[in-house]
Amino acid sequence: MKIKSNLAISESGFVFDPETGDSFTLNFTGKDILNQINQGISLNDIQKNILEKYDVESDSLEMNFYDFISMLKHFNILHENE
Amino acid sequence: MEKLKYERPIINKINLGIPNKFGTKPKFEPITQIDGVPVQILAEKFGSPVMVISEKKIKETYKEAKRAFTTRYPKVQFAWSYKTNYLDAVCRIFHKMGSWAEVVSGFEYDKALSNGMPGNQIIFNGPDKSLKDLEKAVINKSYIHIDHFDELYDLIEIAEKLDEKPKVAIRINMNTGIYPIWDKFGFNLENGDAWNAINKIMISGKLDLVGLHTHIGTFINTVEPYGVATTKLMDLVIRINEKFHTLIKYIDLGGGFASTNTLRGSYLQGSDTCPSFDAYAEAITNSIINSGMDIENLPMLILESGRALIDEAGSIVGSVIANKRLADGRRSMIIDVGVNILFTAFWYDHLINPGQSFSYNSEETTIYGPLCMNIDCIRPNMQFPVLKKGDLIVISKIGAYNMTQWMQFITMRPNVVLIDLQGQTHVIRQNETLETITSLELIPDYLKS
Repeated sequence: MKIKSNLAISESGFVFDPETGDSFTLNFTGKDILNQINQGISLNDIQKNILEKYDVESDSLEMNFYDFISMLKHFNILHENE
Repeated sequence: MEKLKYERPIINKINLGIPNKFGTKPKFEPITQIDGVPVQILAEKFGSPVMVISEKKIKETYKEAKRAFTTRYPKVQFAWSYKTNYLDAVCRIFHKMGSWAEVVSGFEYDKALSNGMPGNQIIFNGPDKSLKDLEKAVINKSYIHIDHFDELYDLIEIAEKLDEKPKVAIRINMNTGIYPIWDKFGFNLENGDAWNAINKIMISGKLDLVGLHTHIGTFINTVEPYGVATTKLMDLVIRINEKFHTLIKYIDLGGGFASTNTLRGSYLQGSDTCPSFDAYAEAITNSIINSGMDIENLPMLILESGRALIDEAGSIVGSVIANKRLADGRRSMIIDVGVNILFTAFWYDHLINPGQSFSYNSEETTIYGPLCMNIDCIRPNMQFPVLKKGDLIVISKIGAYNMTQWMQFITMRPNVVLIDLQGQTHVIRQNETLETITSLELIPDYLKS
């Protein structure tokens, strides 16, 4: 699982795709997850990190996490094999 | 180490379009209390969803409407439109402030009587009045607004039978420059039916023609048609006086004033397009004052405004059942408020706010109700903050028509709570239970075992 190359992610959660010209905004948890994916951390480990860091139950997180991942794929930001 | 506050991760695509100079900033402010009562407490104490009526808002709105009209014209009488919200507690608030009752069925008529209204302060409108209803209204000396010739002839017969002279008005429909023309009700002015009805009433000698009534439509966002309607009614008042030497005691402009809700498909927000009470009052009273009628013989003005007086006093506190992702990537949020109790969702883009604090992030969201029906959609598309299961939402400006047009379908109707001027809560209609529904059902013997 890898983030599309050349993607620019700012500190404020602004994402720019120079290939398509599309831009996106992330909230703080979204930005946190995307940064961790960018660092090559596995999805399972990211979930564990989020559970430790934020006040959230694992069931809720799992549901929200995979919804977020599906949206990253929907926007062509995340690819299975790249 | 204390954990950070969690918010569901979201990503939104930024869509740049042509700037809209009419565009309004999305308002995402939490509504955490209604008249000082926390919405959390309302949901805990009375269940979710719960409908809430603010007595304070009713009184503020009524006083504002009354001020607008009485400062321009001395003889003004409001009559509370029962069909808009006929919960007894609501009706009684209006009656205590001086409103008469305006009813459109035998059921509503009896409700007005049970709320202590004297017969001579009840206006009886509507196309369906049974002979029994009419007799009762005649005996009680109520104002009967005749809708069609069949009713007119019925009333003449009843007057003879009871040896009474019923107080009547005729309902008149007319072209006021708006579309559609509401010609379902009453007698048409332009084709001569209204004048024909007036002549029949006057020549019969059996009925006491005291008023003229019109109701030009609903949610009328412009005031000019009211001016036109008033002028046309005043012309008839003068014509009746000239031909029959009879003074018409009142003209009734009905209702139809808009509320600040936003109609579906409307480009501008309702709060920007809704005329003020002052604007309506100016159009109507100017037409009366500027008519050719002698000042001392000007008729009383009756107004049957419903929606504009109660809509903003009502709210629903509900909660989030689930969040889902639609096929096109949009979020859908399911809440426990369906179109069965929020009938006006078919007409309005209702104002929906979170019931607790939230971050500034929002997503394009479709808000569905809980019914297992595809039509159960409260807002097809709106930017909405990221809420999670169990979070509260508050839908505002729902006081008109929902508590009368709601239906028991799939789920039960919820508690309705009144918040009084001291901030005390009172259940004014209990939530339904299984027994409420089954108590009316009968099972044939052969299906009992």
